[in-house]
Amino acid sequence: MSSTAPEAAKAELVRRLRDLVAPEFVIEDAETKRPYECDALPIYRELPMLVVLPESVEQVQSVMRLCHDEGVPVIARGAGTGLSAGALPSPAAVVLSLARLDRILEIDPLARTARVQPGVRNLAISEAAARYGLFYGPDPSSQIACSIGGNVAENSGGVHCLKYGLTVHNVLRAEVIDVSGERFVAGSEGLDAAGFDLMALVTGSEGLLGVVTEITVRLLPTPETAQVIMAAFDSVSLAGDAVGAVIAAGIVPAGLEMMDGHAIRAAEAFAQAGYPTDASALLLCEIDGTAEEVAEHCGRVERMFGELGAISTRTSRNEAERALFWKGRKSAFPAVGRISPDYYCMDGTIPRGRIAEVLTEIDRMAENYGLRVANVFHAGDGNLHPLILFDANVPGEFEKADEFGGRILELCVAVGGCITGEHGVGIEKLRQMPAQFTDSELEQLHAVKRAFDPSGKLNPGKSVPTLRQCQEYRTLARTRESAPTGPSSAPPSRTLSRMRKSST
Amino acid sequence: MADICDQIIESIEAARRNREPLSIVAGASKRFLGRTSNGSPLEVAAHEGIVSYEPGELVLAARAGTRLTEIEATLAERGQALQFEPPSFDGAATIGGTLACNMSGPARPWSGSVRDAVLGIELVTGRAERLRFGGRVMKNVAGFDVSRLQAGALGAFGVITEVSLKVLPRPRHTVTLVRALDAADAIVHMNKLAGTAKPMSGACWHDGSLYVRFSGAESAVEAAAGQRGGERLDPAATSRRSEAHARDTANGATRRRIRSAAKRSTRRRLRSAANRQTMQPRSGGTWPSIGSSISGPAHRSGASRFRRRRRYRGSTANGSSTGAAHSAGFTATSTRTNSNAWRNRRAAT
Repeated sequence: MSSTAPEAAKAELVRRLRDLVAPEFVIEDAETKRPYECDALPIYRELPMLVVLPESVEQVQSVMRLCHDEGVPVIARGAGTGLSAGALPSPAAVVLSLARLDRILEIDPLARTARVQPGVRNLAISEAAARYGLFYGPDPSSQIACSIGGNVAENSGGVHCLKYGLTVHNVLRAEVIDVSGERFVAGSEGLDAAGFDLMALVTGSEGLLGVVTEITVRLLPTPETAQVIMAAFDSVSLAGDAVGAVIAAGIVPAGLEMMDGHAIRAAEAFAQAGYPTDASALLLCEIDGTAEEVAEHCGRVERMFGELGAISTRTSRNEAERALFWKGRKSAFPAVGRISPDYYCMDGTIPRGRIAEVLTEIDRMAENYGLRVANVFHAGDGNLHPLILFDANVPGEFEKADEFGGRILELCVAVGGCITGEHGVGIEKLRQMPAQFTDSELEQLHAVKRAFDPSGKLNPGKSVPTLRQCQEYRTLARTRESAPTGPSSAPPSRTLSRMRKSST
Repeated sequence: MADICDQIIESIEAARRNREPLSIVAGASKRFLGRTSNGSPLEVAAHEGIVSYEPGELVLAARAGTRLTEIEATLAERGQALQFEPPSFDGAATIGGTLACNMSGPARPWSGSVRDAVLGIELVTGRAERLRFGGRVMKNVAGFDVSRLQAGALGAFGVITEVSLKVLPRPRHTVTLVRALDAADAIVHMNKLAGTAKPMSGACWHDGSLYVRFSGAESAVEAAAGQRGGERLDPAATSRRSEAHARDTANGATRRRIRSAAKRSTRRRLRSAANRQTMQPRSGGTWPSIGSSISGPAHRSGASRFRRRRRYRGSTANGSSTGAAHSAGFTATSTRTNSNAWRNRRAAT
């Protein structure tokens, strides 16, 4: 086929899209498309064929219909803050940005719900609900920027999900446009919906099943008060035991976070939060609720930490101090960015009781790979975020970091955990999926995908690897295992060879 | 403790060879839900026993036929509980049936449903494949959420053989207050109260009385209860009442209109994705949780919705709403029949 045929088809597609959406919101020149080439995992980059920014649900629907008729794949995109390359474009696909659907349609203070468009920022919902004494529970670290549509696609968590749940627990209803442009409703305004629980299926489906155009979220009453207890420990295993003790004592903290020595020192240098820089592990335990409850639980937790060998404990005395304690934790990622040219954030979940053992093993692996790791994690629910520090300008160092990251995730599965707690699989973790699922299970996931999208046009190639890819991944893993521990001399090339590594 | 998974797989394989539909039965405690299934019974109650329980992890995994009473007793020894307070139906209910029917109790609007507590499942599909989804950790977003898809699917995707759940510490202190109030005022009152940061864990209107429950730290519960009027209720009476309420609500709601949630073709493909012909008993039914009657947008239509509900309860829209509830699968056909039946009835009234 001559090369002009696809060019002509593309020009025709652009013309027809511009009939549906205002011309300036159908982007085809490389320079304007550039910001869409990656999400917040920029090691994977690719320019899309086109970017379309509809402003209404009807426009989304007509764009979907047109792309369906023309057989063009569609990649939905929210705010682009995803950490697994779930919104990575492809030169054969249209990127459908939901950014202009950014209105809060209704807040119902009595029913404690908010009806919002997908482009609304996570934090904007809580800000708008604040006047009614309500807030939206899940608070990913990117909450000032990330959109609620993206939260639904990824089933995002946050530091407070131990008590308030993940996105899936806080979303009631979604209107979804399917691959053929037809609208369907998942969930209901009530707490439990009739029929199959499509809301659970759509949440965390990474844009593979449909495009969400409206979301009804639950709002929760803002707690009367909250306090943070900060406790420093000599070792991560003592801190890990303390986490288990809080849970076993029947207290459910709003958040329970742990940082290791590297992370503590980086965060303290950046935020001056008053963290003890000589500690090997730091716990931040937030208790919220009524004034009576907070006072009762804080006292118990502080005593417990003392009994379990904390070298120091401090309880926030006011809101300013509480905010300061959190500032260090919340800025841990950029803080680590200052002590290393690049870092790569992992996202495995493990049973809480294995924390010390897993961290020790990660340290051992880090030594073998010759790389440093800073650990920041949601200790309360066992969600690890090891940050692998590397320098992309040193040849081969990114490949080492990448392989090391994969091994951390496989370690998580080996101790009874999983490869991703809240960032999603996207492109990044496709290679670890066979560690968690058998071929039959993956085939079942493909069958679910086919039920919604028989031709595979929605966000193709993400989230669930093909069985052929799995075979390759398993072969690679075996080769690696037969080699001595540490980095293999020939790191596996990226199976998706068209992906380029960032040069930054 | 018995593992009869191999037998279950054999039965499904045989049913598949003979193209015979199956009706999954465990405790048979929820026959009042859905309609009669025409599949031959596949008894799974013997597949029972707690497989693992780690109080420090807040995770319990049990075979599907395990009785709720056994699970609750085990949890109580360590001061923990099922946060969704499922009705145990005189001890007959199993964890598999509870999940398949998405059955939760009075705490549902505050601490979530069984669907919210599910961390992972093992499922034997209609193709007799034994598959695992989710896991035993609090957060897991790898792959589609097939575990939660089972909640309320009435066994349509296969036989649930194992369930792992998030469990929570039992509240240290609980107080229930009761006062006389009519239904319309009670709905508004409950919703307003639920919008305040009090340690609420239940609200229910039954027979002219509003019940409000507070649970949590003793100091907080006493402070919240002290600010409100009403008589304190004996805890045992509360749980009996909530169980009766669960039965009433579910029974009446079975006959509610079922809104089409997705394209029929999608639902059909989704089902056949797991089954290809086996798990298709002609039975169905669906219901809102107890929570949906007392929170959410109920106030919008207020008393009129309430009255409509009560009318359904006396109706015979679907004939008798008996049927193997745990077992039933609901097909696109049954959904259509249900909503047609509703439309016809509405036209008639």
